[in-house]
Amino acid sequence: MGHCGGIADIDGMSTAIRWFWFASPQTFFPLAGRIAAVCWGLAAALAAVGLYIGFFVAPTDAQQGEVYRIIFIHVPAAWMSMFLYLVMAFWAAIGLAFNTRLSAMMASAIAPTGALFTFLALWTGALWGRPTWGAYWVWDARLTSELILLFLYLGFMALQASIDDPRRADRAGAVLAIVGAVNVPIIYYSVQWWNTLHQGASVSLTRAPSMASTMLTGMLVMSLAFWAYAIAAVLMRVRCIIRERE
Amino acid sequence: MLEAVGLECARQRRALFAGLAFALAPGELLRVAGENGAGKTTLLKVLAGLLDPDAGEVRWQGRPIRALREEFARQLVFLGHAPAVKDELSAAENLSVACELAGRPASPQSVREALERYGLPAEPRPVRRLSQGQRRRAALARLVLSADAPLWLLDEPFAALDAAAARLTESLIGRHLAAGGAVVYSTHQEASIEAAVHRVLQLG
Amino acid sequence: MISIARTLVARDLRVVLRRPGDAATALLFFVIVASLFPLGIGAEPNLLRAVAPGVIWVAALLSSMLSLQRLFAADHADGTLEQMLLAAAPLGVLSAAKVLAHWLVSGLPVVALAPLLALQYDLAPELWGTLALSLLLGTPVLSFIGAIGAALTLGLRGAGVLLALLVLPLYVPVLILGAGSVEMAAAGLAAGAQLQVLGALLVVSAAFAPWAIAAALRISTE
Repeated sequence: MGHCGGIADIDGMSTAIRWFWFASPQTFFPLAGRIAAVCWGLAAALAAVGLYIGFFVAPTDAQQGEVYRIIFIHVPAAWMSMFLYLVMAFWAAIGLAFNTRLSAMMASAIAPTGALFTFLALWTGALWGRPTWGAYWVWDARLTSELILLFLYLGFMALQASIDDPRRADRAGAVLAIVGAVNVPIIYYSVQWWNTLHQGASVSLTRAPSMASTMLTGMLVMSLAFWAYAIAAVLMRVRCIIRERE
Repeated sequence: MLEAVGLECARQRRALFAGLAFALAPGELLRVAGENGAGKTTLLKVLAGLLDPDAGEVRWQGRPIRALREEFARQLVFLGHAPAVKDELSAAENLSVACELAGRPASPQSVREALERYGLPAEPRPVRRLSQGQRRRAALARLVLSADAPLWLLDEPFAALDAAAARLTESLIGRHLAAGGAVVYSTHQEASIEAAVHRVLQLG
Repeated sequence: MISIARTLVARDLRVVLRRPGDAATALLFFVIVASLFPLGIGAEPNLLRAVAPGVIWVAALLSSMLSLQRLFAADHADGTLEQMLLAAAPLGVLSAAKVLAHWLVSGLPVVALAPLLALQYDLAPELWGTLALSLLLGTPVLSFIGAIGAALTLGLRGAGVLLALLVLPLYVPVLILGAGSVEMAAAGLAAGAQLQVLGALLVVSAAFAPWAIAAALRISTE
């Protein structure tokens, strides 16, 4: 629970006690609210900066013109979607191993946000594809992997939604998330290979224009903005889940 | 032998039992009584290790069953509500498989004898064609071959049984207790079983 | 332990032999799906030859999913699953035994039927070996991964469709490698590498999936 970093570190033992104290949903509830509030603000600020860099400061690309600017949303969204899946699987595994309710709730809370970022990545990918390569969907390796990732998220959410018993829902979801996480690299590489087998290297969204440093900065800032947003959204959702269950 | 400490279980937000504790020594019989839905089946499943209780633990000879897994499973026979038979196989085939799965393979001879004691001929007819009562008896025939499993957990063993089969089951249980085994069973009705110690646990 | 696993496999096979309807239906589904595609995309021979590996593989995938629903549902309903959980062998071993029995009944016949469908698509006979081998290596992986899904969705409403949603994304690598190996062979390239990766997936899933299946079974029967 990295959010507890702000707690005073009097000595090792009291920190350990503090960790477990915050593992109780009741005590986590107010903390989550405070962190979320901070993160909303952070997200808004970072997004403003990031979008400004992306749309005004970064230079026009020689080949793709203004359209490429959508990568400032597309790439960070794709990064977040994959990162969040791993975080979700991590919390699910902790919940399964240590039988802690809050970890499982975190995993359930992350899924919709992860799915949202995946969808955003797919949608911006399509918007980018149309003017650049003439089609909304070109079965690019990354977009295809994102699509499968979206199915993994939706599968997780569907499984949890169809189980009435919260305990079984948490644990079943955890097994699914872990199996999915293990499979993600396998899926990613097999899709990459599939892409080279069928289309050659002609069409690839991964071949982004060579990165000027401003572009990289812009994407980094947007990534941080998305991360802050994700933390805020997930914590808000966890609060809802806590309220529902306790 | 079997010990329950502080068992707590809730199903669908309804607390079934809390702080439940008992100890069972060899030769003792425990009857779990209660209305439908009081949690008898849940308790038996917790004792068998099929369900994890919300709180508390079950111990077998001092050690928690969660740590024992197969070792504990080998020491018990659990007969649940459903007869646990495959419709497409005959009674003899089902019984033989059940014994094999439990780690106590039985010879075809003893399988036939066990079924005959319960009035079932060892015929190749699939269980699908047997009546409800016959199916129940086919499941209970397993008790004849389970003398060396110290713990018997029986969920409503007398349900849908005719008088002869019920009496046979009672005598099997009695014999098992006399040989030093322990039996936990749930039932609606009274049963006359000879037991040195006959406890009753009322749920609900 | 091995004898208990063997008993379980023998029991499942005996059950299927006495009631072959369900298994036969899934195989029939395999053949029907593959036969539908030409009706949908036209019977141009070059087109069919090109899509044959993919279509046959997708049909195998869908048929595998259809038959997976049966894997634990019947045992759960008649109470034999409970006895399996209380057996004198580790649940992982017994889960592997169930998957083996399932594959023998639904996966192996697919491997045997594939050349027939390849004939329908006029796939070159030299490629039949690669096709069969890819299916031989891939269908057990489908069974292992699918069994995890079947165990997780045990007893749920809409379990069939939910199983599909959970398991199809996980099937993608097997599909890509399986169909891809045949396509490589069709293009005159060596398919050895893909088949080796498929073999590796088989080994890994055989080693790890049974424990995931066991965990899922315990979770679903609590």
